[in-house]
Amino acid sequence: MNDAILEMRNISKSFPGVQALDGVEFSVRRAEIHCLVGENGAGKSTLMKILSGVHPYGSYEGAIIYEGQEVRFQTIADSEKAGIAIIYQELAQFPELSVYENIFVGHPIAKDGVINWNETINRAQQLLKRVRLDVNPSMPIKHLGVGKRQLIEIAKALSKDVRLLILDEPTAALNDDDSEHLLDLLRELKQQGVTSILISHRLREVVQIADTITVLRDGKTICTLDNGERQVTERDIIRHMVGREIENIYPPRSKAASEETVLDIRDWTVIDPQTGRQILTNINLHVNKGEIVGLAGLMGAGRTELSLSVFGNTPKYKLVSGQISLAGQPIDARHPGDAIAKGLAYVTEDRKRNGLILGQNIRFNLTIAALHKLVDGAVINENKETVEAGELKENMNIRAPSIWQYVRNLSGGNQQKTSVAKWLYAQPRMLILDEPTRGIDVGAKFEIYTLMNRLVEEGMSILMISSELLEVLGMSDRIYVMSEGTITGELPASEASEQKIMALATRTLEDSP
Amino acid sequence: MTDSAEKKNAMTAGTISLRGLVRENVRTYAMYLVLAVLFIVFGIATKGLFLSPRNITDLINQTGYVAVLAIGMTCILIIQHIDLSVGYVAGFLGAVSATLMNRGWSLLAVLPTILVLGVLIGMYQGFLVSRVKVPAFVTTLAGQFIFRGLLLLVTAASGTIIVRDKSFRALANGFIPSIARMGGDGAHLLTLLIGLAGIVLVIVTQIRARRNRRKYLIRDISPAAFAVKLVFLTSLVALITWVLASYQGLPWTAVVIGIVLFGYNFILNKTPLGRNIYAIGGNKEAAELSGIRVERVTFIVFASMSMLAALAGIMFTSRLASATPAAGTGFELDAIASSYIGGVAVSGGVGKVTNTIIGALVIMSLTNGMNLLGVDISFQYIVKGVIFVLAVAFDVISRSK
Ligand SMILES: Nc1ncnc2c1ncn2[C@@H]1O[C@H](COP(=O)(O)OP(=O)(O)OP(=O)(O)O)[C@@H](O)[C@H]1O
Ligand SMILES: [Mg+2]
Repeated sequence: MNDAILEMRNISKSFPGVQALDGVEFSVRRAEIHCLVGENGAGKSTLMKILSGVHPYGSYEGAIIYEGQEVRFQTIADSEKAGIAIIYQELAQFPELSVYENIFVGHPIAKDGVINWNETINRAQQLLKRVRLDVNPSMPIKHLGVGKRQLIEIAKALSKDVRLLILDEPTAALNDDDSEHLLDLLRELKQQGVTSILISHRLREVVQIADTITVLRDGKTICTLDNGERQVTERDIIRHMVGREIENIYPPRSKAASEETVLDIRDWTVIDPQTGRQILTNINLHVNKGEIVGLAGLMGAGRTELSLSVFGNTPKYKLVSGQISLAGQPIDARHPGDAIAKGLAYVTEDRKRNGLILGQNIRFNLTIAALHKLVDGAVINENKETVEAGELKENMNIRAPSIWQYVRNLSGGNQQKTSVAKWLYAQPRMLILDEPTRGIDVGAKFEIYTLMNRLVEEGMSILMISSELLEVLGMSDRIYVMSEGTITGELPASEASEQKIMALATRTLEDSP
Repeated sequence: MTDSAEKKNAMTAGTISLRGLVRENVRTYAMYLVLAVLFIVFGIATKGLFLSPRNITDLINQTGYVAVLAIGMTCILIIQHIDLSVGYVAGFLGAVSATLMNRGWSLLAVLPTILVLGVLIGMYQGFLVSRVKVPAFVTTLAGQFIFRGLLLLVTAASGTIIVRDKSFRALANGFIPSIARMGGDGAHLLTLLIGLAGIVLVIVTQIRARRNRRKYLIRDISPAAFAVKLVFLTSLVALITWVLASYQGLPWTAVVIGIVLFGYNFILNKTPLGRNIYAIGGNKEAAELSGIRVERVTFIVFASMSMLAALAGIMFTSRLASATPAAGTGFELDAIASSYIGGVAVSGGVGKVTNTIIGALVIMSLTNGMNLLGVDISFQYIVKGVIFVLAVAFDVISRSK
């Protein structure tokens, strides 16, 4: 193993109440793509934070050997100096600033304290070419999608002469095209000698791209698999990750949906009051009792806008025409509170931005949408709250030492489970799930799917927005496809296929009938 | 590292050691420490004058209006807003109360009238902030001008308005009635009784809370740490009681602070409104999408702030027994500083009114102590500003860890 660029030896790290890493061994060869996989909370992000100096030397046990020498990073700046760059799932970017400013923020090209903008833009252009991104460097990045921003983040890393690139779930928020592009770029960088460590829950892409795969479970290294000939299968990884076989990741459902309509959306047309642009056109959609309906489409097709406008987020959306009814009752939600009172719940796609209150504990987050269930007189019954939150945490298998853990400190997947659990506590009739399995591991996905089945069997209805075609196909009774703010097709599950959905998802207004 | 091993042990034993307790609450303890240091330093520098029962009573009376303002300000800061108008709202409504008293109104009529006026002012500002979405900074900066103008108008005719009514003056200068004096001229009996009741209350609630934590398997402090905490709290109450009782007893100001503190602490911790306030401060978008009426809660918080400003106005006017054209100047800074020193997060979402009171005591001890030492007002401003900034910087640093 003398061509190893990195060796992490016997790494242990604990947080109050949590042993996040327990004697992890992790070794990466030069110029390979090394995938790090494991269940939510297995310790992947923590390991990478140790490597990049976020958790400084002294806060963990064990040794890091990088380029043949032991390193003791105190800050991110130290690891950057050594040629290590980490790209987080939550991009730390400045939306109002331009592409080139974002690339060179923190290490401007300057002489005598004066920034050389021409040179900056020149260099930015070269870097953009290197990541194969065709955008105007002067454009503010807020106009760019997540996929492109991800590439800009990589360009930023390249501008610092990176030798070891760490990507923590970079593709979780990307659609298939953008992911493919990103992975191609990693292969290219590999040719140029850049080593990459990739954390991902998308096992399909892991087996395609990885040269080596390391599996973590409960803070320990389970195994390191050589994938030089692409010989590892998804099933192998899953077995190591969860410690047992999962036969069918989409569990079968025992009960069929009824014919009774629960959610009925008619002629829904919405404009954005700020720009006056029409964002949703004439949407007709219904969900029956006990049914899971998939809503497929590319990023930006208007699926989130549809849910938010239905959910009563009125200041952001202006309704031009349309009505909704829930279980036969018309609802006119002017505020999410109205929609919730009628039995609607919406699990947002971005749990950190608008799903969870990160600075509060699990209990606070679980009950905040349904405090009325806990009120005796005018007072919250905290004992009842503690008991019920505790049960819900167990039921949903949220991994944390207790309900008093701050949500900020949970791993990504456990945060996601918390944001779903919060809505289950409100006992809605109709649940809208926006990308419910983004960033969560196979085991947890399976749990969420099983839960969805249980809920619809008990009579709830689910509208599931998802960019993962396999998930839409695997879970839905019926599928709607959206493109450019309108519904371009409806397919029963039996007739749907990846090709048909993609065809509908890329259809534009002009060529729809 | 032994550090992590120790933490693991603390977990499996289900308790937090004394050291762990200190480590997890650095922020809170630092504040107590600062207060203690101030008391000691001023105590020595004034040769004990600062710590005399008479001065401690004075300190409480001086803290009254700031404490009341700071409690409201804490709520405002938790939801990530600010209210710069409180000083002149207090000044203006204080002057109105003085005028009404001098017109022969009774205190029982003036008190609710002024509070209602305060609520109305708060509703106006709350409407602008929550509904029209004028930034709170702008709304209340404008308020500063408006209410300063109104204060000058009210006091224009006579300049300083002196109030002679005894009951009005007693509000911020008087003491609860004494049933008897122990041994003739000795300690104030009712105060002692209240202090005793306070000690019993502390012990009972602490033990009940601890039993509850046990029942729900909440991580708890070790028996030794708990004992230390109990002894500390009870002796603190006993000490304060003794000091007050050996002078003239419990001041009405303390009673008013107690009621306001209890009410706001209750609302923030036990009611849905309180939860919603913390939720909005923590993540406004998530709160909105959880069905919380952010506009309504913001409106209520602003209305309550100006109500407390009205109360503070009455207390300040009562304290001076007069309303002056300069009343209220700079109160907002004392209130904001108290909240931040008391541990409200600069980014909102976190804060406790009980700690805010300690923050207010820190600020007013500085004022009181420096006054006793005859420190020039210019230096007083500088010292307070420095302490304020240090507190916030300390907070930001300790939170980013
Ligand atoms: N700052 C922290 N304080 C307390 N506990 C933490 C902290 N950071 C992480 N943890 C805990 O450490 C464990 C490992 O977390 P980590 O984020 O590394 O998991 P992960 O493998 O990246 O999971 P995911 O796939 O869900 O992102 C989890 O149990 C998590 O709750
Ligand atoms: Mg992670």
